[in-house]
Amino acid sequence: MVDATIIIIVVAVVVALYLILVYNGLIRIKNRVENAWAQIDVQLRRRYDLIPNLVSTVKGYAKHEKELLTQVTRERSNLVGGASMAKKAAASDAITGALKSLFAVAENYPDLKANQNFMQLQEELSGTESKIAYARQFYNDQVMLFNTKLQVFPTNVFGRMLGFSDKEMFETKGAARENVKVEF
Amino acid sequence: MVDFYQHITANKVKSYVLLVLFLFVVILLGGVLGEAFWGSFEFGIIFAFIFGVVYSLVGWFSGQSMIASVSKAKRIEKKDDPYLWNTVEGLSIAAGIPMPKVYMIEEESMNAFATGRDPGHSLVCVTSGLRKRMNRQELEGVLAHELAHIKNYDIRIMMLTTVLIGVVTLLSDFMLRSFLWGGGRRRSDSGNAGAILVVVALVLAILAPIIAQLMRLAISRKREYLADANGALLTRYPPGLANALRKIRDDHDTLVDSANKATAHLYIENPMRKAKGAVNHLFSTHPDIDDRIKRLEAM
Repeated sequence: MVDATIIIIVVAVVVALYLILVYNGLIRIKNRVENAWAQIDVQLRRRYDLIPNLVSTVKGYAKHEKELLTQVTRERSNLVGGASMAKKAAASDAITGALKSLFAVAENYPDLKANQNFMQLQEELSGTESKIAYARQFYNDQVMLFNTKLQVFPTNVFGRMLGFSDKEMFETKGAARENVKVEF
Repeated sequence: MVDFYQHITANKVKSYVLLVLFLFVVILLGGVLGEAFWGSFEFGIIFAFIFGVVYSLVGWFSGQSMIASVSKAKRIEKKDDPYLWNTVEGLSIAAGIPMPKVYMIEEESMNAFATGRDPGHSLVCVTSGLRKRMNRQELEGVLAHELAHIKNYDIRIMMLTTVLIGVVTLLSDFMLRSFLWGGGRRRSDSGNAGAILVVVALVLAILAPIIAQLMRLAISRKREYLADANGALLTRYPPGLANALRKIRDDHDTLVDSANKATAHLYIENPMRKAKGAVNHLFSTHPDIDDRIKRLEAM
């Protein structure tokens, strides 16, 4: 009788220790995922802040590129605030495409190209763009680690019991993934 | 992934082993020298212990500044070079580490290094020649390699190796030179000081090859291959670093004037003139560059 009690206690302790280990491991990665997401958000916000300057600089030189500017401005509002991750990703991709066209078009305006302010903005925006790409890469890697951990046996049995669920990748789904049309 | 975390743990353990070994050797030397010159073994040990602890602490906390200053590297800010700054910041985000400080050496040849005690206290340094002559992808490749060293904690063991062991080679070089050039003059003022110098120089001369071997043990070449691979994982573009290495190889000039035996192993490619002789061969801390290129191309 005493032996059975001891065995039960030992098993209970081992299971409890195992659960603590699983829980802490998952929390650690989950925090890393959330921190990685915050990094993306910082860069999206940076881009959000830079765009009005760009628009006002370009407006003065390139009056014919109204459509591109409107597109950038329209998508800009989706970069921050409560928009869903998929929406932010779509907006970010759309802006990447529009900015690419805008910088390509800028080649036709020598005065704009030589503008000190424009050059700084261009460097800053393309820097921000590659930071978004890197932050996204890091975030998606972390999400993949987290989801894999949650899906493999035996963590999958307990992980969901402990209240964890799969994380969403930062990527563009469906229609928004189509290439942005560049018109010449 | 498992390998990666094991590598970090190994680096941390090695760093502490190195610190303990350093203290042990210093205390031993202190005891011997104390016995020889002051007739007091204990005095030597106590003095050496205090010196060893203080020096280790200084090395731990300001090793990176010491290395930056002997390498004549200048710290730069975002406004000095926005593009370089943005690239380092972007790659740090990709690596998931805080952004290191950015330094530059005014030097025509192409080279780079990173140092520090952990990712939160680190710096990355490039020569102005490398900055000027590498294109976007190549520069990213090189910086990603350096950031991988930071993330892997290679920087800690490499910094301690420089500060604690490498410095002996500098002292030995320095003593040997003053012994050879100023030998006649020094020997004439037949005092205690002269004798001490001779003994210390001899001890250092004997120690030098052992130290070289120690440095090689501390800095395995595996480290470079791993940093190449992890760097490529950051940029997702192995040809960037491969092309950068090819450019460095074909340039023949990776020599950095301010580099020395103690800091040479920090650089992405050997910054010292390739000298002949057994002792110098022991210092070949850099793996064959062609082999590195080949591995990157196979990724």
